[in-house]
Amino acid sequence: MGMPVTAEIADNKRAAAAIADTFAYFHEIDKRYSTYKPESEISRINAGLPEAQWSGEMKTVLSLCEQTKRETYGFFDIMRGDKLDPSGLVKGWAIQQAAERLRRRGIDNFCLEAGGDFQVSGASSRGEPWRIGIRNPFNRDEIIKVLTVASEGVATSGTAVRGQHIYDPHNPEAPIKDVKSLTVIGPNVYEADRFATAAFAMGKDGINFIESLDGFEGYAIDTEGIATLTSGFERYAV
Amino acid sequence: MKKLALSAFVIISFALYSFGLRHSDSPLLVSPKTSSGQGSGTSTAARSSASSSATTSGTAQTATTYKDGTYTGSVADAFYGNVQVQATIQGGKITAVKFLQYPNDRPNSVEINRQAMPYLQQEAIQAQSAHVDGVSGATDTSQAFVQSLSSALSQAM
Repeated sequence: MGMPVTAEIADNKRAAAAIADTFAYFHEIDKRYSTYKPESEISRINAGLPEAQWSGEMKTVLSLCEQTKRETYGFFDIMRGDKLDPSGLVKGWAIQQAAERLRRRGIDNFCLEAGGDFQVSGASSRGEPWRIGIRNPFNRDEIIKVLTVASEGVATSGTAVRGQHIYDPHNPEAPIKDVKSLTVIGPNVYEADRFATAAFAMGKDGINFIESLDGFEGYAIDTEGIATLTSGFERYAV
Repeated sequence: MKKLALSAFVIISFALYSFGLRHSDSPLLVSPKTSSGQGSGTSTAARSSASSSATTSGTAQTATTYKDGTYTGSVADAFYGNVQVQATIQGGKITAVKFLQYPNDRPNSVEINRQAMPYLQQEAIQAQSAHVDGVSGATDTSQAFVQSLSSALSQAM
């Protein structure tokens, strides 16, 4: 996967050991799920490793992928040709697992990030809710929204490149405004990430899909720089 | 006649059903595999972002001398399509990075079950300057670029 990971722990006690453990965990995850490493379990599975030799954790992750596919009208799919690539789910899932490891260590105030997706818990070192910015998809150096979150997950799906040709099957001639970036706030980062990924693939319908989910809010930015907010989004915005 | 009408109705319903099914089953996240036929606008944009990234990598790796030649990186999955780059080394330095594959196409959108949705508020995005603890944003394509480039460079070592 090879993505930047940051861990900020606001509890003073045992923070160093917990951070070391968190990074060791992400290395372990990368070793198992990286499709770029030929020796990773997922690469060996794609090279024909018999199912009897798959780890229990891998089976769990793959069944979560199946479940997500069913819950998103097939928009979430890990098949790449004839290969499996669960990266789209593993990122959020691994952050979530790492967050649970921290909680088991008695750490309640932290902000964990991998590749632009967040799980926060408790309060920052200023004793306030965590503040997560949404990046301007047209300008990496700019923040266009600030969210305050206490125990939620925040994930953004999008693409920095011009890349989609989506049309409305009912109205193929009508041009539609493509979605540039979609940020989802959910009960945890695993849920936020998998639904952000699938909803982004739905194009302009994605924000309605997020609206239809209980406990989720979303902020979709189209190619014209117009954002669409779900009905409860504003309560997180500064 | 009634029987005929009924069977026609059954056939038509089945046809409609399977049409709907085919739509809802289309995997949208399958890599598009479009290695050619890019619009010239896209290629130009790709190349200019590539050369700036290549400069960074070149500077960061001054200790390493690459062998001259042209090296093709592995295809890296940018999640919305594949990224594959080709690096040209001259005098031990990266002189060009070319995109061989670039996500510039997506399978068609599929109709999802649209329920009656409340009207959602819209706003124009605006820069903010408040303090934040972190920034959420998509990074997929740049990662795939780095993956493919580093695999090209490892061949040049």
